Amino acid sequence: MDGVQDRDLTVPMVESRSQEAIPEPAYLRLEGLSKRFGEFVAVDAVSLEIARGEIFCLLGGSGSGKTTLLRMLAGFERPSAGRIWLDGQDLSAVAPHDRPVNMMFQSYALFPHMSVEKNVAFGLEQERLPRQEIRARVAEMLEIVQMSRYTGRRPHQLSGGQRQRVALARALVKRPKLLLLDEPLAALDRKLRERTQFELLNIQQRLGVTFIVVTHDQDEAMTLATRMGVMDHGRIVQVGAPAQIYESPANRFVADFIGSVNLIEGRVTEAGSGTVLIRSEAPACAIRAVCTLPCTIDDTVWVALRPERIQLQQAQHEGAAVENGLSGRVRDIAYMGDVSICLVEAGATLMRVTVPNSSGVLAHIARHDEVRLGWNASAPVVLLK
Amino acid sequence: MGGSNRARRWVVGVPTLWLVLLFLIPFLVVLKISFSVARLSIPPYAPLLVLRHGWPMLKVHLSSYAYLLTNPLYLRSYLYSLQVAAICTVLCLLIGYPMAYAIAHAGAWRNVLLMLIVLPFWTSFLLRVYAWIGLLQNNGLINHVLISLGLISHPLVMLQTDFSLYVGIVYSYLPFMILPLYSNLEKHDPALLEAASDLGARPFAAFLRITLPQSLPGIAAGSLLVFIPAVGEYVIPTLLGRTDQIMIGRVLSNEFFENRNWPLASAVAVVVLLMLVVPIVLLQRVERRELEAE
Repeated sequence: MDGVQDRDLTVPMVESRSQEAIPEPAYLRLEGLSKRFGEFVAVDAVSLEIARGEIFCLLGGSGSGKTTLLRMLAGFERPSAGRIWLDGQDLSAVAPHDRPVNMMFQSYALFPHMSVEKNVAFGLEQERLPRQEIRARVAEMLEIVQMSRYTGRRPHQLSGGQRQRVALARALVKRPKLLLLDEPLAALDRKLRERTQFELLNIQQRLGVTFIVVTHDQDEAMTLATRMGVMDHGRIVQVGAPAQIYESPANRFVADFIGSVNLIEGRVTEAGSGTVLIRSEAPACAIRAVCTLPCTIDDTVWVALRPERIQLQQAQHEGAAVENGLSGRVRDIAYMGDVSICLVEAGATLMRVTVPNSSGVLAHIARHDEVRLGWNASAPVVLLK
Repeated sequence: MGGSNRARRWVVGVPTLWLVLLFLIPFLVVLKISFSVARLSIPPYAPLLVLRHGWPMLKVHLSSYAYLLTNPLYLRSYLYSLQVAAICTVLCLLIGYPMAYAIAHAGAWRNVLLMLIVLPFWTSFLLRVYAWIGLLQNNGLINHVLISLGLISHPLVMLQTDFSLYVGIVYSYLPFMILPLYSNLEKHDPALLEAASDLGARPFAAFLRITLPQSLPGIAAGSLLVFIPAVGEYVIPTLLGRTDQIMIGRVLSNEFFENRNWPLASAVAVVVLLMLVVPIVLLQRVERRELEAE
């Protein structure tokens, strides 16, 4: 679209990228971006690089600063410190109406007094494009979001899903360099949400626009994202592909926030090559785990164990030998369709185990049964903080 | 079900009864009188129903209406009243819109500012209009200040001009413009302006295309709340207005009390009402559309 733009390479050096040579400047780069509201630090020195065409999800709970970060990208909030670079242009001081960035609002913010067509045309009219071109581009975009049949409707005459499409079309028709989506699927019901997720992916791939999605819903982030950043207290605690974040969380917060996890605190008693032995009080057991982190004897660490990585057996069952084992008693079994979630009491600790229903393991296990939990050394993740 | 039906009947019935008793019946009385002729009697007009040879007969006179329409004095008063009301409505809108907008965006100050708008109602309306006489007359406060500042050498004649009339009406009716506008503007979703800005609209363009069209119901309500009573305004033009050109409210009062021509006065009133039916119907349509949109 506008690739022939002078890339301003006289970027002030920032600690984070001091000597490393980055082959190509990132498409979007945030440098130490902060936002303070009085005493409260909403966004705390966030630095981030995003490539062209990515779908980057900012995932975090309420008050984690993800929405404030998005609003700074849109230009609605002025950063207290730091800079925003997009495609070689410093956006930090550019007013929202001059940014090559568009946003899809959580509430959609469709103009209630305008028809669908007028809503979508609004952005192009501001650019003072010829009427013919506006009409053509609006029609094309409404075609893409499958809303061509509803051009004359007012927003209040549309369903939630249809409004979401119009909001998407209105933001995309400007051909932004960056599309910001604030909880894009939050207002839709579950069935519609799943369908819309895949449509959103489809449209994004077709148009090649870089997406930044803010969400508190990890499923949404997992399905949409090429990479995601988990936010907590105004900071990005981990950036990575969804699988990477799920499989090897950086700390307890991420492990706990993404999916469900059993977190066991313990002390390192043996640190060998590649594996460690950890002694835990609750539940009382020794855990052997693969660990590449630098930890020494007597360090306090946490073991994050995903419920689906644990094998469940009857107490007297002679199964395949695993490296770690724990005895317990089933407190509850919740049938979820594809899997069942078992809560197992091991001493005073409650362990969560998910068992695929197709495995047939639960045919012989009922509530209050004595069971044995087992897992391999490669199953847990050892965390230092 | 029966209980809620009865409740609904009460909710609708009481105001209806009120309107019938205090508005419709008096209006019918006025309408009846307007079709009579003045006469020296008690009451001072000829009865509409008379008995002739034992048969009741309706005697309808259209002479009052004919007189109204042929005498340019009345026509001029009507037009002058409409003109004054229209100008004052526009002035109220121009002054009131920014005020309402500011109050709607004033955050914590909102309630204090609203209070200040309503505060003048705690003083008698008549007193406030009298106060303007003290301000505007030849040896009044404004002329004093201007002369002592050396800006003028002779007092400006402001009282009993169109200027003083507009000042009085705009001053008195401004809250009726501001309050409905405020209640409209206050409901606007700030995300819409952000969306407009995000789509490339500068603040003024966003105002013209988003805020203004959405505030039309408020503009209509405020304008009619000012325009309708301003047309028939009696006190302010009597105290502050011109003496060579009187508004229709004054005409009506003169016909009733000075000329004791009740039929003519009634005809004047009926015609004013008919003139105002148009804007009232307009108001209802706007309100209905607003309800539908919600």
